[in-house]
Amino acid sequence: MSGTIDVSVWRGGAEGSLRRYSVPEQESQTVLDVVTYIQRHLDPTLSYRFACRVGMCGSCAMTVNGVARWTCRTHVRKVVSRERLELRPLANLPVIKDLVTDMTAFFEKWTRAKGAFVPAASPPADFAKVPPASREREAASAGIECIGCGVCYASCDVVAWNPDYLGPAALNRAWTLVNDVRDAGNRERLGAVAGDAGCHACHSHRSCVERCPKALDPTGSIAGLKRATARALLRGEL
Amino acid sequence: MSWRTRNHPSYWAFVLHRVSGLLLALFLPFHFWALSTAIAGAARLDAFLDWTRQPLVVWAEAGLVLLLTAHLTGGLRLLALEFLDWRSWQKSVVGLSAGISLAVGLLFLLNAL
Amino acid sequence: MTARAEAWLWIVQRATAAVLAVAVAVHLATIIYAVHTGLSAAAVLARTQGNPWWLGFYLVFVLAAALHAGVGLRTILREMTPWRGPSLDGAAACASLFLLIMGWRAAIGLFA
Repeated sequence: MSGTIDVSVWRGGAEGSLRRYSVPEQESQTVLDVVTYIQRHLDPTLSYRFACRVGMCGSCAMTVNGVARWTCRTHVRKVVSRERLELRPLANLPVIKDLVTDMTAFFEKWTRAKGAFVPAASPPADFAKVPPASREREAASAGIECIGCGVCYASCDVVAWNPDYLGPAALNRAWTLVNDVRDAGNRERLGAVAGDAGCHACHSHRSCVERCPKALDPTGSIAGLKRATARALLRGEL
Repeated sequence: MSWRTRNHPSYWAFVLHRVSGLLLALFLPFHFWALSTAIAGAARLDAFLDWTRQPLVVWAEAGLVLLLTAHLTGGLRLLALEFLDWRSWQKSVVGLSAGISLAVGLLFLLNAL
Repeated sequence: MTARAEAWLWIVQRATAAVLAVAVAVHLATIIYAVHTGLSAAAVLARTQGNPWWLGFYLVFVLAAALHAGVGLRTILREMTPWRGPSLDGAAACASLFLLIMGWRAAIGLFA
């Protein structure tokens, strides 16, 4: 390994520019390794986020050569193009500084989509018996591994076009709760996810599915919400 | 958001569906107007149909058939995605839609030229 | 537009899509057959004039297409231009009505 990689990194906030750094190439190097090298050896003023470094927390998500990825799980060899890397913060979110975005809106929409479990008014008489192979449990289980990294949100055209759109992650979470047979808040939840800021704005581009590092299917979850809201509407329950 | 994020089959299927839908919607009034020439009698309709026999118009019509079939097959794919919950094979279905559209368009063209 | 109204539009768009899936398939087959056997006013009118089945088919076809196009145009304008609100909804409804009137006029013209 004798080469160097030419790395362009976004510096600044909403306004700013790309600054170039030369990083030595190493065996099995990840993009996070590259960013860390820059900050430790070349430019201590660079701001970026990471935590676990092992693909569990989602903190290190950024835009690498135009595509949202977890930098700790992205090998440089897999994405470098003509020995060049371009690093920008996640799209569709306000930039605080350099590679760090403000995730407030992302999590606010989670709340707006009623993406939290609502217990029943009084404690249940017995444990809920939820067969693991039941349709609802399988649907819920298919979506609950989301760690809120924001990659899907950053990859979604509708999020870019419609600032009110709740986005794939929040809607995916709502769908897992719609399928949680213990949850008591589905009437309000379906009302919250319907409409132009909700599931009906999704046109199934499936960029979220393409990009999700956990191979989740927000488009499929949103399709489920479309069916659930239609059913509720026809029953007069929406 | 960059083009590299969007450059995958389902996104292009969306673009095709939206563009074809828009063009068809804009074409429809003209289509209805042309057919309504029949109200003025068969001769008027025939005069219009004669105009459509020009090669350029035949090719344009084949293009419209292509747009219509593309919009139909793309739409069926969406209905399957939304109602049948088909996740796997989506890329293949995009390819299949494109194939069927081209086949139907070609069939029209061969018969009309 | 309220969330419930948007949900209704979604249902209308998918329901008309299902109707159009059948109608368009029939229409494409008819076109290819018609073009193959020679397109003329006489041939078209021989099929449609005085035939209540074709009339019924085209009336339903046009209705579905008019609604589907209206909802579709509204979505495109809403997403790709700054236009939104009741004025856009009204304009889309007018587009649907316009297509409905033109299409039914043509269908009746071919039947009568």
